[in-house]
Amino acid sequence: MKKPHHHDNHWSDMQLRVKTLESLLIEKGYVDADALDVIIETYVSQIGPRNGAHVVAKAWIDLDYFDRLRNDATAAIAELGYGSRQGEHMQIVENRPGIHNLVVCTLCSCYPWSVLGLPPVWYKSAPYRSRAVIEPRSVLSEFGLELANETKVVVWDSTSEMRYLVIPERPQDTGGWAEDRLAGLVTRDSMIGTGLALSPTEAST
Amino acid sequence: MNGPHDMGGMQCYGPIEAEQDEPVFHEEWEEKALALTLAVGFCGMWNLDISRQTRENLASDFYLSHSYYQLWLAGLENLMLERGMVTAEELEDGRLRSEAVRVNRTLKASETKTALLKGGPVNRDPNSEAVYKIGDKVRTRKFNPKGHTRLPRYARAAVGKIMGIHGYHVFPDSNAAGKGEDPQWLYNVAFEASELFGENADANSSVMIDCWEPYLERV
Repeated sequence: MKKPHHHDNHWSDMQLRVKTLESLLIEKGYVDADALDVIIETYVSQIGPRNGAHVVAKAWIDLDYFDRLRNDATAAIAELGYGSRQGEHMQIVENRPGIHNLVVCTLCSCYPWSVLGLPPVWYKSAPYRSRAVIEPRSVLSEFGLELANETKVVVWDSTSEMRYLVIPERPQDTGGWAEDRLAGLVTRDSMIGTGLALSPTEAST
Repeated sequence: MNGPHDMGGMQCYGPIEAEQDEPVFHEEWEEKALALTLAVGFCGMWNLDISRQTRENLASDFYLSHSYYQLWLAGLENLMLERGMVTAEELEDGRLRSEAVRVNRTLKASETKTALLKGGPVNRDPNSEAVYKIGDKVRTRKFNPKGHTRLPRYARAAVGKIMGIHGYHVFPDSNAAGKGEDPQWLYNVAFEASELFGENADANSSVMIDCWEPYLERV
């Protein structure tokens, strides 16, 4: 295995290096410049945690949909028009009173792109990947989430192509809320398990 | 391979630094690194497991000191170098010095959205019965393969319980080694934290790990 040919860490050098690589690969005919633009546009503006928030909010108000998510999450998510690489095999995991789920990928950075978009830097970084399995409670407390001792923490290590989406508990005092309004309470972190869905008070501040 | 990528259970990396309102990309080169990796991947010259293995095989000091997209780029360059798709000199200055290798396909802009939406499912039609059923007690194998595996070190030789059967999935250990897809039954297995981490385990927690059948033995 050849060593990587550059060892710099400087962003400006990275810009130049990637620009060089891009023009080389276009000239060689391996990639189409317009296809690169479509990929970037897709992950910047079309695929992101809003998709997951839509799924969660719909599950909260539509029990039939929730059941379809339980039975075949990939198909139920596709019903809403969402799909992507890294979302081919979806499973939901439900938070309930006494059970809190947390998703990690200790071996690389597997993440449900179709519903959450690309992962944040901390999800891909060594502290989270290493500690989520051995000390999940201390990890959660760094996110400001202190769980009761009686609450069981279930950590999902994404070792296969299965991708896990946490369905957070529906916040109190949201009875009668419409789907759009509920989706505004569903944060990215609540669907990874490093947070809870926002309360109406938290969302309004 | 027991490498730096296999991070589960390490305690040396400090606190988690979460950025508020983090952008999707921090620098323009990062979005290009993602797009190039996906687009060249579509050429069909390697599979997902080979690309993961290539990143895992980067020098360990490099792996631990570079960002996610820097690792992707280094992996992409190595994959292309190994197949003669580019030369080291070309990567250095971008000047074309060799003919392009014939690739299996190229991703056109018009088909990109569809290709991204579809992804690359890894479930296959089974040609065997699953050995284990939900509720069975199993032990993971104790092994240290030199090649690619998706059984983390912290979960080897550990007893757990089958909680789900995901289906018949491409087996990364074979697929990364160029031995074909070799699909196997894939299970979701629950391990009590104390089984994995002993007396230092978080009380009242468990870890769910997806395990292919060859990783498991009956207890």
